[in-house]
Amino acid sequence: MEQLKFDYPSANRRVSKKAHVGVVGSGDMEVLMEPAETGSAHVSIQTSVNGFGSSWKAVLDRFFARFDGAVRIHINDAGATPGSVMLRLEQAVEVIEQ
Amino acid sequence: MSIATVIPAFVTRESFIELEARERAQALMDPGSWRELVGPFDRIESPWLPMQSIAPQSDDGCVVLKGTIAGQSSVVIALEGGFQAGSIGEVSGAKMTAALDLATRDSQNGKKTAAVLLLETGGVRLQEANLGLAAISEVMASIFALRQYAPIITVIAGTVGCFGGMSLVAGISSYILMTREARLGLNGAEVIEQESGIEEFDSSDRALIWAIFGGEQRVGMGVADELLQDDAKEIAAAVQRCLKAGLPAVHRSQQIDLYRDRIAALDTSQQIEPLTLRKRWDSKQAKAKEGSAR
Amino acid sequence: MNKQVGLRGKAWFQALTGVDSPMGGDPGSVLTADTELGEDTARFLCVVPDPKARFPCVRRGEVGLEEAYTLATRVREVIDHGENLKKRPIVAIVDVKSQAYGRREETAAIFLAAATAADAYASARIKGHPVITLIVGHAFSGGFLTHGYQANRILAFDDDDVVIHAMHKEAAARITLRSVADLDRLGHEVPPMSYDVRDYARLGLLHKLLHIQDPDTPAPATVAQIQKELIDAIADARAGSTDLRNRLESKGAREMRKAGLAARAYMEKQWSGV
Repeated sequence: MEQLKFDYPSANRRVSKKAHVGVVGSGDMEVLMEPAETGSAHVSIQTSVNGFGSSWKAVLDRFFARFDGAVRIHINDAGATPGSVMLRLEQAVEVIEQ
Repeated sequence: MSIATVIPAFVTRESFIELEARERAQALMDPGSWRELVGPFDRIESPWLPMQSIAPQSDDGCVVLKGTIAGQSSVVIALEGGFQAGSIGEVSGAKMTAALDLATRDSQNGKKTAAVLLLETGGVRLQEANLGLAAISEVMASIFALRQYAPIITVIAGTVGCFGGMSLVAGISSYILMTREARLGLNGAEVIEQESGIEEFDSSDRALIWAIFGGEQRVGMGVADELLQDDAKEIAAAVQRCLKAGLPAVHRSQQIDLYRDRIAALDTSQQIEPLTLRKRWDSKQAKAKEGSAR
Repeated sequence: MNKQVGLRGKAWFQALTGVDSPMGGDPGSVLTADTELGEDTARFLCVVPDPKARFPCVRRGEVGLEEAYTLATRVREVIDHGENLKKRPIVAIVDVKSQAYGRREETAAIFLAAATAADAYASARIKGHPVITLIVGHAFSGGFLTHGYQANRILAFDDDDVVIHAMHKEAAARITLRSVADLDRLGHEVPPMSYDVRDYARLGLLHKLLHIQDPDTPAPATVAQIQKELIDAIADARAGSTDLRNRLESKGAREMRKAGLAARAYMEKQWSGV
């Protein structure tokens, strides 16, 4: 079990909705995305697969290169691939930008 | 000719099985009538899974919606088969028990509130073992309490099915609705093979598994009430029918004489042929005998 | 734990009731007796091994179809005969290996049989009968849900051969992909996983853990001690509610079931909210 935390201070656009997508099945994950009160983005990850901190950072860097919402994200992960992580994050964005 | 008549029903049908627990629950309630209680953003997760290097889920695999179904106050509780096989842990069990108890309280205060249980579950979550088993006994106790006032409708759609201790929860419900893709039993084939050997149950025999546990068999032998298509609208309509019918005169788990006699009549010197049993236990016959039930 | 499960149950049933055979028409695996207990006549029930049982998969003391329907019948008799009288106590003596793991059982819907017995016990409790469970040996999974887990008050012997669990160790190890040694170690860190009845007692589900001399052979003094404990538990059940809230309000629950109690508190708060 590993807990990871990342901050993206440049993601500062105000959002008003929240989103929950995904199921913590094997090889999958859930994302909870909600407005952050701090005016920047914060990500916390709880994953059953240890030692992939740099992969998580790479995916999140890519995600926040395009997304600028000031959101608080929590992820419960049961071994999702970087591709699935990105897909789940995009699904959550779809919900909050509706 | 309208389009609806040229497109076969299975094309326009919305699969219920393909929906996640939350969507299933929503599909049964009057649109706009419901709220989710103790949802994912409340983040009440299993404290025991992370201690064992297993990722928890923010709703612990249990979705509770309160609202109306065809205008009647109801609570829908749906288990997510995709998370830990829908197993019951401390939190998911507590959510079920609490919601059922509150439905009982409302019913006692004159606001009759029925419960619909969407059970996709392997039973006790072994990583929470004794708290899971205790939770099931408490869910059952809460159902017995609510059942005095309002019906409990169990829907088993598939594909996980309903097994282990949670099969008793189905057994004490007022109604059980199943699809052909659903299974219902206390011990699954794998468990029987493990405990009693492959001669007792060959768990690779898919045909045998469906013949014994499948929805068609369970409804056909009268231990479940309706066999439904995998269609969200059809399932919603069946739930509404049960709600309208209200409490049954006698719950199935109180028909002791009927079933005790049937068990006494079985030839146990060999395995029991499922189809033969189904014919013998035909549900119409069961209805006729209901008068003699206790 | 090389002793046969169920023998201790039978020994205690005999010691407490003086009866060692089933009631007329019942299978050999279910013992029922009505016995004086304090100022009451209590109905005692126990599932015991019957090597000659009709169903092969119950011969080692498992709870199967006949056992469940017999328990249901015998418990309902107490309810039916007690409508306007002082509610008679029911005592379930528990020493069950598990539910029956058999194909015949599944074909004939053992889930419904088990539900029927649990229904009878719970109906008795709801109608005001004190239902007391005395765990003298094993209390496993579906066997326990069928026979004992709907009681108002649960008592258990404080003894290494008393095991309360959702699944026996070997099977749990297989399914959770762990070794038996791992499971033992885990039990100390994760109390709900433990096979030790003292850890179980920490969960707050028991009314009382009973310290007794030689649980295998009921001596007269120990029998008297257990009778007194049963009488006290009956009085306590009569003074309390007919639901299972005592299990949630216990000191153990407040410490060990914090997440469940939090879920419950949130549910109550949000239920009536806007």
